[in-house]
Amino acid sequence: MYATRARQAKLEPFAVRPGIAERLGLPYMDGPLALFAGALAAFSVFTLSQSTLHDVPGSPNYFVDRQAVYSVLGIAGMYLLARIDYSRFRELRVGIYTFLCVSISLVFVFGFAARGSRRAFDLPFFSFQPSELGKLLLVLALAGFVIDGARNGSDRQRTVRYLCLGLAPAALVFLQPDLGTSLVYGAITLAVMYVGGVPWTHFAVIGAAIVAMAAFVLAVAPAIGTPLLKDYQTERLTSFLHPSEDPSDAGYQQNQAKTAIGSGETTGRGDRATQTRLDFVPERHTDFIFAVIGERYGFLGAAFVLSLYALLFWRALRIVTLSKNSYGTLVAGGIAVSLLFQVFVNVGMNLGIMPITGIPLPLMSYGGSSVIATFLAIGVLESIHIQARLSQRGRFAW
Amino acid sequence: MYLRSDERGPAVSNRLALRIALFGGIAVVLFAILFFRLWRLQVLDGEQYLAEAKNNRTREYRVSAPRGEILDRNGELLVGNRTSLALQVNPRKLPEDRAERRAELSRLAGLTHSTLRRVRRTMHEELKLAPAAPVTLRRDVGRFLVYYLQENQDRFPGVEVQRVFVRDYPNATLAAHILGNVGEISPEELKDPRYKGLQPGDEVGQDGVEDTYDSILRGDPGLTRIQVDALGQPTPNGRLVSKPPAPGESLRLSIDAEVQAAGEAALAERGQGAFVTMDVNTGEIIGLGSSPTFEPELFTRPLTQKQVDDTYRNPAAPLANRAISGLYPTGSTFKIVPALAALENDVITPSEPIYDSGSITVGGQPFQNAGGEAYGSVSMARALQVSSDVYFYTLGLEMWDTGDLQRTAHMLGFGQTPGIDLPGDTEGLLPSRRWRNQLFEEGKTDRPWSAGDNIQLATGQGDLQASPLQMAIAYAALGNGGTVVTPHVGKEVTDAQGRVLREFAPPPRRRIPIDPEYRSVILDGLHDAAQAPGGTSYEVFGGFPVPVAGKTGTAQRVGQADQSWYLVLAPYPDPKIVTAVTIEEGGFGAESAAPAALDILEAYFNKHTTGPAGPNGGSPG
Repeated sequence: MYATRARQAKLEPFAVRPGIAERLGLPYMDGPLALFAGALAAFSVFTLSQSTLHDVPGSPNYFVDRQAVYSVLGIAGMYLLARIDYSRFRELRVGIYTFLCVSISLVFVFGFAARGSRRAFDLPFFSFQPSELGKLLLVLALAGFVIDGARNGSDRQRTVRYLCLGLAPAALVFLQPDLGTSLVYGAITLAVMYVGGVPWTHFAVIGAAIVAMAAFVLAVAPAIGTPLLKDYQTERLTSFLHPSEDPSDAGYQQNQAKTAIGSGETTGRGDRATQTRLDFVPERHTDFIFAVIGERYGFLGAAFVLSLYALLFWRALRIVTLSKNSYGTLVAGGIAVSLLFQVFVNVGMNLGIMPITGIPLPLMSYGGSSVIATFLAIGVLESIHIQARLSQRGRFAW
Repeated sequence: MYLRSDERGPAVSNRLALRIALFGGIAVVLFAILFFRLWRLQVLDGEQYLAEAKNNRTREYRVSAPRGEILDRNGELLVGNRTSLALQVNPRKLPEDRAERRAELSRLAGLTHSTLRRVRRTMHEELKLAPAAPVTLRRDVGRFLVYYLQENQDRFPGVEVQRVFVRDYPNATLAAHILGNVGEISPEELKDPRYKGLQPGDEVGQDGVEDTYDSILRGDPGLTRIQVDALGQPTPNGRLVSKPPAPGESLRLSIDAEVQAAGEAALAERGQGAFVTMDVNTGEIIGLGSSPTFEPELFTRPLTQKQVDDTYRNPAAPLANRAISGLYPTGSTFKIVPALAALENDVITPSEPIYDSGSITVGGQPFQNAGGEAYGSVSMARALQVSSDVYFYTLGLEMWDTGDLQRTAHMLGFGQTPGIDLPGDTEGLLPSRRWRNQLFEEGKTDRPWSAGDNIQLATGQGDLQASPLQMAIAYAALGNGGTVVTPHVGKEVTDAQGRVLREFAPPPRRRIPIDPEYRSVILDGLHDAAQAPGGTSYEVFGGFPVPVAGKTGTAQRVGQADQSWYLVLAPYPDPKIVTAVTIEEGGFGAESAAPAALDILEAYFNKHTTGPAGPNGGSPG
């Protein structure tokens, strides 16, 4: 791409020195995309500032301060990534993939356990959860493999290869155990394959296999005495189908979240909110932050947030179509699906129509790894956008 | 067809465009699902969830209100309250471990003389209705148990002791049948609209005025609504509503404790029986008792097996209120009824004599005077004074198919519930031609109505069944000139400061025309019976300073010794009170019932020392 620029400079002798904005690459960025992402992060900080005042005794801004810092770091990372030509990641695919698998595996050795699951490293200033960044890394690596392997082997062999490449890290994450993230990995894998053009028939077979496996894991395996999922996982996965049966167990969280959101009515209850303020809704600053928004700001607030996600997704999808090369298309597609999947599953879980899987709401849920990784992914989208614009400009200049 | 890395130009091929469009379509559908679901939850069903949320974060604790006091007509305390300690279990603070929990509950069951199963069932039932609220396991626990629990608190997490109000009876058994008792509301009562708003574990009156006037005495439990977090712990400043308990209003009875005590003592020394003392003009009950009696205190704590046997399985039925629900033949005390019926219907005049030869024979069946006496030619007053059975047999025979006797008896209240403000009053049985003939038609008896039935009825025998209260009402009607009163023990309702809020003065059931001449003839006869030599109860009342009009009764009961009756109006000739006494197996009326009535009248007139105006009216006659 630098070549493009050089050529262009040669051909426009009268061009003035590029302005500071142009040198920063700002004119070529997808402004709305960055704006929507920033707005979501800001709304997250705002929500946390109102709802977590009493969560950590003595420091009312504990979560707010940290989330703000993560957001700023994330935006900085986004900008840096946007300035890099994403196409380089294609060449680094093997390295990226190796790093992905190794970092996830290291958690088993060095990670700290939280609630029976090892997911993160405890770094001095925050805990780093490799599987969050892994969502982006998987997209970048897998897209590279798809492009590269496009001419090797039969369709079927390729499909199997991509599946194996995608499902290996998914399996690692699943063993942490982190069911939700492994599902995101699965979704990413399927998305990249989908955009990459894997035949419909293969998807049909994969779909059938998934259904068969789900049946096996949830019903057959426990029946023959070798359950693959931990009890609480099975319960979470199925409780949304019968949420009221036992309000004190798995269905409880879902019931409480639903009650909280419903009680927000149209305009929200503001500081009169009780469900999310008095611990009725668990994990309210992370997985169930949407319930906080629903109760405090009502339908207006929740619909506003959903709209921001819809717009974000629209911009991501637009970038899929704009990309200057197939690698960009695949990467943008993978990121778009990863965002859509996480938003739908998380919000659906808050609304009681999806199982509880522990997937954070991108940019809204408190957590450094998730916020920063999501911003980095947006950065990659921006990079695809910038490169597309630059190449278009070059073409027009011709 | 896979994409090629070097593909350029229009960034997307047609096939890819299709896939992306499909992808966008799926996204639109997914977002639409989320939006509609959100709309449904928040806008359409929001109200319901809001209510649920409010319910979610508040806990209501009821603070029991003390029941109102019950006083006698002079303000003497009959039923009060004392505080007692109740053992409660807070289910949220019980150990989470099942085995530990079980162990603790079974230890508790042992300490409270209960079983693990019973404790569990109590908890289960109460928690179903009031989730997370403390469950009362036992009321009125002893101090030593409380000390023990406090010293071993670590072994009994979640066990709390709370102060509750318990009924207190300073006079032990006094007026037990009138007062009744309180007890935990039963599942059936909970469904009764009368007890709307009550919860399991609440106490309601179970008998006597505690039951009749429950709504007045009960009071309103206080309510503290506390905001709690998800663990059920109160939040700071989380007290939302606090309604103090409103104590029940006090009930003042028309009972006079001294008369009541005298009546009960008089019964107690003479066996099983009952008495009623009533104001003849207003129907206020001044004393009403039944023997044997019981201690209402008994019901403030769980009964032991022996106590259950003694109260519920005792053949003497101490809980039965014989004064209002005891049904007996009344013997000669009934004679005022045929007297009144015969006079009012011109069957006989006051002075018209009937020759009493000691017996009459009707339809081949002889009817004899009690004791085989013969009084010769007797008129109305004399017949009442000596209690000539033949005189009244004759009246009964005269009226056997006219229904006059039944009509008068019915007007005076026989065969109907008296409508007293106590549960359990009965209508008894007034035998009549129609009643027996109908039974006969249905094949339930061997013969139709005959003159013999009416002859028996005229002397209070045969099929007649009446309660002491019904007799008292009939005599009161005679005494007051024809008003059939509505008897009542409730006099007025007062608030905690003693101000009268409401007075009870139920209107009389009816007024019946009684010729004053006839009334005085009958009263004269009764007065002579009590206080003129030769009268049936002269030996008992002859020396009593207050002029009275009294009638003995000796009722024959199958398989039992005679039942003793006495009905007395005082003072003569303008009675204020009527007293009815009956003693089961007490022999002749003058033998046990009349002396008991004397005790009661002495207690009454000792207090009302105004005494008889003028000289003692003990005119012989």
